[in-house]
Amino acid sequence: MEQLKVLSYDLRRQVVDMVIAGKGGHIGGDMSVMDILVELYFEQMNISPENQEDPNRDRFVMSKGHSVEALYTVLAAKGFFPIEQVMREFSKFGSKFIGHPNNKLPGIEMNSGSLGHGLPVCVGMAIAGKMDGRDYRVYTVMGDGELAEGSVWEGAMAAHQYKLDNLCAIVDRNRLQISGNTEDVMAHDSQEERWSAFGWHVISVNGNDYKQLRAAFEEAKATKGAPTVIIANTIKGFGSPVMENKANWHHKVPNEQEYEQIMRDLEAGKEAALHE
Amino acid sequence: MNKIPNRQAICEVLMEAAKEDKDIVVLCSDSRGSASLAPFAQAFPEQFVEVGIAEQDLVSISAGLAKCGKKSFAASPACFLSTRSYEQAKVDCAYSNTNVTLIGISGGVSYGALGMSHHSAQDIAAMAAIPNMRVYLPSDRFQTAKLIRALLLDQKPAYVRVGRNPVEDIYTEECCPFEMDRATILYGDGSMGVYADRHSEETEKAGESENAERAGREKLDAVVVACGEMVRPALEAAELLAAEGILAAVLDMYCVKPLDREAVIQAAKAAKLVVTVEEHAPFGGLGSMVSQVVATECPKKVINLALPDAPVITGTSQEVFDYYGLNAEGIAETVRRGL
Repeated sequence: MEQLKVLSYDLRRQVVDMVIAGKGGHIGGDMSVMDILVELYFEQMNISPENQEDPNRDRFVMSKGHSVEALYTVLAAKGFFPIEQVMREFSKFGSKFIGHPNNKLPGIEMNSGSLGHGLPVCVGMAIAGKMDGRDYRVYTVMGDGELAEGSVWEGAMAAHQYKLDNLCAIVDRNRLQISGNTEDVMAHDSQEERWSAFGWHVISVNGNDYKQLRAAFEEAKATKGAPTVIIANTIKGFGSPVMENKANWHHKVPNEQEYEQIMRDLEAGKEAALHE
Repeated sequence: MNKIPNRQAICEVLMEAAKEDKDIVVLCSDSRGSASLAPFAQAFPEQFVEVGIAEQDLVSISAGLAKCGKKSFAASPACFLSTRSYEQAKVDCAYSNTNVTLIGISGGVSYGALGMSHHSAQDIAAMAAIPNMRVYLPSDRFQTAKLIRALLLDQKPAYVRVGRNPVEDIYTEECCPFEMDRATILYGDGSMGVYADRHSEETEKAGESENAERAGREKLDAVVVACGEMVRPALEAAELLAAEGILAAVLDMYCVKPLDREAVIQAAKAAKLVVTVEEHAPFGGLGSMVSQVVATECPKKVINLALPDAPVITGTSQEVFDYYGLNAEGIAETVRRGL
């Protein structure tokens, strides 16, 4: 668990470098979602470069596609492609490393970018698993601002109707979106009540805490007859006070001074994790 | 008088195929009745997914199923399917390249008096503008069946529009020349075929029939390019014109995208006038696409017949067609005046 925490700080540093190299990126959400992705890819899901054609592999759709930089670092760490290539090509002319996931790249199942697509797509994937009697699990990560998309709730209804206990949705509840606090833009509290009312099993955790995340994923696996949503309460810009809980870091390229400070903070975070 | 609508032909083909292929999945959005798919749902409940009145969900779920090896056929009224779930068609089907066939039922002005909300006069333009999305408007039940069989064999996304009401037969069980993504050419004297240089088994089969023709004629007065329900009146117009000594060919362009450019060019080169007919808004549909090709490759006069750029008049679809000249006499008169 400590190793994953250490890894997450390394990957966050890669994200910062990628955003600088690509001259743009959704850095705040990358930082909040990182621990969810690391836990999923390194602990929960049976997804690897070796089994990407295996019909029994778990399925993942990055519904909040704008946090693609975080996803790229995780996929690179899993060996889907070299991180050096991502750093070189991200957002560059003619690159496949676009600013949102696309499935011409290994390790990416579905293209996303427009919000509110991931959950309904995963409903289809989960129904297919039930039809074929396969025991793979299906995961999607949504942003909390994304929950204002009506199509999310269409998918939520269908997941309940078809009792998709092989489906687990994670909400990266960092409480900020591009215009400010989610509760000011379009209120989403109480998440627990909303999803419960739609017939989902709801688990609320600290989404930057591996112990809590792991327990939640295990509980989701053990939950039968209903889909599970994990409300992962996170900190946008996690890892450096320069970015943390600041809406203007939704999509921002650090200047030289900010860059130095962020990298120092992330290094310190890693050091602390090493000694936990 | 044919009583079988094209949507029913789709259901029959899917039921026949689903007996052997457990990966065929049909999805509806509270639309199984209007899509004539209730028999499928009843016979193959394990291969049928109901999503309720939620067209965005319908298309995304279809894409997710397809991504896991299923062959998804999503049927919903064309008006909703083509625009309410437009982005899902663009991102989850076309951009993600999933094996989803979107079946727009009750297309065009099929719903007649129900008004503009229920008319799909934008679907060709909308769907054709999406890269990796194909657009098909089959003319009669025989061609519809052949198209669906062909789509079952490939893995790419497609949009198919069919009308609500039965369409008079153009082809027969024995004679329905069909080649995927190739227009069929029809003449007022009853002969038909696919161009000879695109020889295929289907054309050969049609060639055995006495009224089949494998070569495009070298000299025509006019060519009428039509799709969907407009092919039948276009053919009737060609028959009217033949009686007057005007030789008009009809291109049954069921494959609006990818448009059979070669057929358009070859026919336009042979003719003095090109007329397009479609149950669609005047912009971005078959007429626009044919005009682009003709203007670029073999400049000729092109007249586009279509619905107006306005909410259409209230009435049954036939009343609407008659009012706007989208019938045999209207098409024939357009040819006469154009020549």
